[in-house]
Amino acid sequence: MLTLDKLQQIKKEHRPVLEARLREAGNVDIHEDGSIVLNGDYYKKQVRIALKNCGIINPGSIEDYISVDGYSAFANLLFNKSRADIIEDMTASNLRGRGGAGFPTGRKWAEAFKYDDDQKYMICNADEGDPGAFMDRSILENDPHCVLEGMAIGGYAVGATQGFIYVRAEYPIAVKRLKIAIEQAKELGILGKNILGTGFDFDIELRLGSGAFVCGEGTALIESIEGKRGMPRTKIHRTAHKGLWQKPTIINNVETYANVPVIFQRGVDWFRSIGTEKSPGTKVFALVGKVEKAGLVEVPMGMPLREIVYDIGGGVQNGKAFKAVQTGGPSGGCIPAELIDTPVDFESLAKIGSIMGSGGMVVMDENTCMVDIARFFLDFTVEESCGKCVPCREGTKRMLELLDKVVEGNGEEGDIERMVSLADTITSASLCGLGQTASNPVTTTIHYFRNEYEAHIKDHKCPAGSCAALLEYFITDKCIGCGKCAKACPVSCISGKLKERHVIDQEQCIKCGACMEACPPKVSAVIKR
Amino acid sequence: MVKLIINGKEIEAKEGTFILEAARENGIDIPTLCYDKELTNFGGCRLCVVEVEGSNKLITSCSSLVKEGMVVHTETPKVVKIRKDILDLLYSNHPKDCLTCEKSGECGLQDLCYRYGIKDGSYKGEVKKYAIDSINPVMERDQSKCILCGKCVRVCAEIQVTNTIDFTDRGFNSKVTTEFDNPIDRHNCRMCGQCITACPTGALINKQLKGIRPWEVKKVRTTCPFCGTGCNFDLNVKNGKVVGVTPNPDSPVNGKSLCVKGRYHSDFINSEDRLIKPLIKKNGEFVEASWEEALTLVADKLKHTRDTYGGDAITGLSSARCVNEDNFVFQKMMRVAFGTNNVDHCART
Repeated sequence: MLTLDKLQQIKKEHRPVLEARLREAGNVDIHEDGSIVLNGDYYKKQVRIALKNCGIINPGSIEDYISVDGYSAFANLLFNKSRADIIEDMTASNLRGRGGAGFPTGRKWAEAFKYDDDQKYMICNADEGDPGAFMDRSILENDPHCVLEGMAIGGYAVGATQGFIYVRAEYPIAVKRLKIAIEQAKELGILGKNILGTGFDFDIELRLGSGAFVCGEGTALIESIEGKRGMPRTKIHRTAHKGLWQKPTIINNVETYANVPVIFQRGVDWFRSIGTEKSPGTKVFALVGKVEKAGLVEVPMGMPLREIVYDIGGGVQNGKAFKAVQTGGPSGGCIPAELIDTPVDFESLAKIGSIMGSGGMVVMDENTCMVDIARFFLDFTVEESCGKCVPCREGTKRMLELLDKVVEGNGEEGDIERMVSLADTITSASLCGLGQTASNPVTTTIHYFRNEYEAHIKDHKCPAGSCAALLEYFITDKCIGCGKCAKACPVSCISGKLKERHVIDQEQCIKCGACMEACPPKVSAVIKR
Repeated sequence: MVKLIINGKEIEAKEGTFILEAARENGIDIPTLCYDKELTNFGGCRLCVVEVEGSNKLITSCSSLVKEGMVVHTETPKVVKIRKDILDLLYSNHPKDCLTCEKSGECGLQDLCYRYGIKDGSYKGEVKKYAIDSINPVMERDQSKCILCGKCVRVCAEIQVTNTIDFTDRGFNSKVTTEFDNPIDRHNCRMCGQCITACPTGALINKQLKGIRPWEVKKVRTTCPFCGTGCNFDLNVKNGKVVGVTPNPDSPVNGKSLCVKGRYHSDFINSEDRLIKPLIKKNGEFVEASWEEALTLVADKLKHTRDTYGGDAITGLSSARCVNEDNFVFQKMMRVAFGTNNVDHCART
């Protein structure tokens, strides 16, 4: 059987091996306090808690994890802390759910703790589905043990003996590494019966999602684990009261669990010293889009957007103007350039109509059409709506049809008002978070970029020059009459004599842009307008 | 008991009651298309939303429990706007054939569109269109009229425990259908028709009642003659003729449930093959006779058998389709008049 001494022994023996390997690789700094951080400019402004082991340890080696103090928090709590104290600490840390809604983890645990039941469950929501988001994936693939440890601590605290990780099947490496990690933990005695001789049993099983975005919603996820169609339940009771098989159930996100062991290793005060008063700690973002250095960043809560986009992300690609940043994925909103100094925490983002979400952060430049962006995200929600409730099933579809109309240049007076009104119904009447937030991309873009909608509808123009139906290719008088554009045109709608200015027949043009590409760069006579 | 106020009216409700039920019990009608107190909560139609003071969110009254001191408003401008929008969305994706729809007059969607003044679906976009499924003898399924309230799915799974149908596909394309989207037939369904009763629209129709307008029939409550369970239902009578059966929710034994025989058997009443006069076999052929002649013949033969061979030469088999009193009298006759205990019953197990 595994004992505390044996755990210490493994750490003592393996730590030098890990350090030697890392020194050889040379991509990390090993501090005197034992912490290991990745070096390089990209990481300078970052504070890594959830990602602290990512890129440092070998995810397939439980010894590596133990060498960086892994499972020490769990073992320590098992022997030295009562369940109520653990929950009290969790509440005091004010760790808020990193899946998007920001519900205090401690309160959730306390709720499940107070119900006396023969069986309770811990679920890890690893059904990350936002387009362009890969925070959870990175944690699962690079540091699966920290999630297991977080779940085990939670399970001990609330009195659950069974955990489930609901992971999307589209993450095969994450699935594989989780399987290995669970096996290793069971073999060593970190999971299973009578853990460390304390009499506490805890087991974890994997459940694979089948590609439904809505299964990231807690109750839909529970339905899916129960073997039913993944549709959200109408909530009569909280899941912490009646969740999986009507038993008290805790569902936390991957990143939330990844934070748990560190909080107990380094203390509540340390954790609360990072981030803001109401949103302590850090948040991982998938910084993507038109940004110079895209990637995963973990920053203290409350860091202004500007610092994330410019100081870490290196600003907008190709020196173009920054237009907006979209946070929170399909449930989030677009934040315009004038609000770039907004601190990134739960409250501040909610105040300006967006949400923290699970951590997608898409940077947009001047060539991004905001109507089209709203349409893109809504298209995703329409695809992923489960179809259970009317506002989401029918409403988002109609909203998408209205947006399609606008980007195709067929928008009418009153369409904007109609969308605002419909958005209100979808938001206030939908059953689950997917529907309730589905309109956010539309409402925020209408709020901050109403002029772009009006330009599409009234002037039939796309100010960003992105909506194909609303722009035309035009040959200016710079044309030297080389005829390359006419040759490149797939529908032969460009005419003109050699060495004379050519003309595009707008009626015939299919707006493929081939003429613009064909025009010699030093001439650049073809423009979009 | 919990005290709360709905639309200014102080009411008392049992703890654990949903707001919608509490309101109904007190004569306040909150609209819904997916709620049924006999089925699990669904919360899909969102029409039952209400405002509760102290909460800035609308809540669904079908799945929120009453709480002490709660102040509920069921018809505020905000609530009405949401309901109108939802009905508009539903009707925009629904065939506009109410004039010829079998369900017209007792359609939940029609009633609510009338109540909230929805004349036309204002969204002119894609509309779902499915072929009508009508290969089985008793029911017709038009998924284009389905509003996905899920009542049929739940009644099939929870009351009938057959699980013939479920939701498939997602979002706007989701529909209720059988496995592999096969037509509904004897192979995958026991044809009980419970889903027909549950359906608020014309998506599921009892073929027997096609061509009969709901307001043309008189409903006569009676007990089903098919077995000893004692289910009640309403015979639908048009121009003095029984045209079909609909369940009566007040039935003490069966509520809204009926079996395949109970629901569809009434066609034997007017069947040409039905025996309405006794037949006596004379010279190898059945010949119509009067009741008196027939009963005299039976009595003579029974008496003769008893007197010649003794009472135990006779056995009597009674029927579950008779009422209790008839069965009692029958066994009495066997024992006292014929002097035998040879009496049995078709439903004895």
